[in-house]
Amino acid sequence: MTAPANVPVAHERIGAAIRAAAAHGPALVAFMTAGFPRREQFRVQLAAVADAADVVEIGVPFTDPMADGVTIQRSSREALAQGVTLAWILDELAAMPPVPAPLLLMSYLNPLLSYGYAALAAAAERARVAGFIVPDLPFDEGGELAAALEARGIALVQMATPVTTRERLAKVCGASRGFVYAVTMTGTTGRNVAVPDDVLAYLGRVRAVSRVPVCAGFGIRSREQVERLAGHVDGVVVGSALVEVLERGEDPAAWLRALRPTRA
Amino acid sequence: MTATGAAARAQLLADAIAGKFPDEGGRYGPFGGRYVPETLIPAIERLEAGLREHLHAADFQRELADELRSWVGRPTALTHAPRLGARWGADVWLKREDLAHTGAHKINNAIGQALLAKRLGARRVVAETGAGQHGVASAAACARVGLPCTVYMGAVDMERQAPNVGRMRLLGAEVVAVTTGDRTLRAAVDEALRDWVTDPLGTYYLLGSAIGPHPYPYLVRELQTVIGREARAQLLERAGALPDALIACVGGGSNSIGLFHPFIADAAVEILGIEAGGRGPALGENSATLALGRPGVLQGTYSLLLQDEHGQIQETHSVSAGLDYPGVGPEHALLQAAGRVSYEAVSDTEALAAVQECCEAEGILPALESAHALAGARRWAQAHPGKRILIGLSGRGDKDMPTLQSTLIVQLEAGRP
Repeated sequence: MTAPANVPVAHERIGAAIRAAAAHGPALVAFMTAGFPRREQFRVQLAAVADAADVVEIGVPFTDPMADGVTIQRSSREALAQGVTLAWILDELAAMPPVPAPLLLMSYLNPLLSYGYAALAAAAERARVAGFIVPDLPFDEGGELAAALEARGIALVQMATPVTTRERLAKVCGASRGFVYAVTMTGTTGRNVAVPDDVLAYLGRVRAVSRVPVCAGFGIRSREQVERLAGHVDGVVVGSALVEVLERGEDPAAWLRALRPTRA
Repeated sequence: MTATGAAARAQLLADAIAGKFPDEGGRYGPFGGRYVPETLIPAIERLEAGLREHLHAADFQRELADELRSWVGRPTALTHAPRLGARWGADVWLKREDLAHTGAHKINNAIGQALLAKRLGARRVVAETGAGQHGVASAAACARVGLPCTVYMGAVDMERQAPNVGRMRLLGAEVVAVTTGDRTLRAAVDEALRDWVTDPLGTYYLLGSAIGPHPYPYLVRELQTVIGREARAQLLERAGALPDALIACVGGGSNSIGLFHPFIADAAVEILGIEAGGRGPALGENSATLALGRPGVLQGTYSLLLQDEHGQIQETHSVSAGLDYPGVGPEHALLQAAGRVSYEAVSDTEALAAVQECCEAEGILPALESAHALAGARRWAQAHPGKRILIGLSGRGDKDMPTLQSTLIVQLEAGRP
């Protein structure tokens, strides 16, 4: 996967990377908790993940990850115990060689508030961060952060869920930059689920109203799931399963490549 | 304070007195709001619509009033406390929420929300609990209305409030030990939210304090103001006057907002909220959020928080499990910013002394939470001699026996004061 060249606005790089990959099946949006399992391995792990994935979400650890399941709670706690902070992550990203895949930070709101939105947008630009995902910031509370990020062309990705009403879905998709994060199950992250027909219908509803790509997430951990979603989404988000791969010390790139639908 | 700051503060106060909060967006001035995962939005919108439809409807209010009277045991007594008054040099009155069914003010909210859950067609109820009082109240209220109830409780709290765990189980609730995070109230809220996220429309989340995303701080306040309405009328009848000072303990802030709210417009009444000062003012040693915190978002609301410079939430300490929480209801943050309520902290030691003093002087064993209000009142009385003080005695101390055994009672048995 190579980064799309000469795209001026950071958030457009995300959509371009997803669309470029989607010609061969759903793009892979890979999630890793920064500094887990070992802080010293962050750059090496990120480079490996970014080499195999189309977009990378870097999790900023938080003491109260209320939308996350046990795996990401654990990774978050252990990263915090090693002194991983938002400031450290931004510094690491600014200092390391650029990676091919666009990067997003996934963070609960309070560390971002504490950093300050204007300073955050500036530091994120220096760190080549193309977007943010903030699970406890619904779009109607997110205007201020979205504006600060948009001023530097950085995306604030919005989330849709199967229980989001039709009216709200249009607003969520209209406000989203980079892609729309379509949660495919009602619940916290990390559970393995089959992909039932009504989920495909729901993903169809999201795609019908979204101008940016739609990526499905929560509970995705097998190639069968990815294959089932092919044609229904532009990308899939792989979170807890990848964190477990990293935790076991396995090769994240090989594991990610094995998720892609078999091609000719 | 700058002129603009003073003007903004005056405006917040005027708006608070005029009853303008929460506004359409669930804000109390700059505080409050609804910071939740998108998954919860439909459930929260449904709750909001349910409140609009039922909360102030005549038939719901009739049903609630009947349960409060015949099942909760309201109105609770207003007790004159002359022997405490003689010690402190004050005219002391206690609003006795310890006499409410299940032993604390928590039941006012629990039965109200359980009735609401029933009307909204919920199949089950989840709740969190710190001291166990809200868990017991929720278990009892759910049994009363016939809904299954799951209570999340931090493993640390299960240990220090063991009697309440057994009570919840007897009342038919499933009690789930929370071993993640700080293993106290805050982790229990996270876990209850996670449960709710998995079934947002069939599950009703019965939140126990005036915290969390809008409309919870409003809903809990509306169900707890019965404390202040009763106390105000009772004191006017008995003493013929309003109090000079009104004092309650503040953890998340539900008993205090319930007591304070009906007095907000009474400018002559000084209002004081007492937080848990724990072992001292250092981060991690207390739960004095309003006194020592700074603004941020936790568990759905923008309010004051005990957090480090990176926005990570800090572990807290209090001898009282019910006050051991790093956040506080957004309306308290507003009342502090508007200058209407002052917030102070009292230490673990002062609270324990207040338990003993109230037992000896008035024959009432207060909860450790409520003892913070008593200790704060004593301090205020000594600085303002001869005044009339109304104290919210939010709960009884039976649940604290394991803690009291290892502190006060050990000292008594050793013959020390």
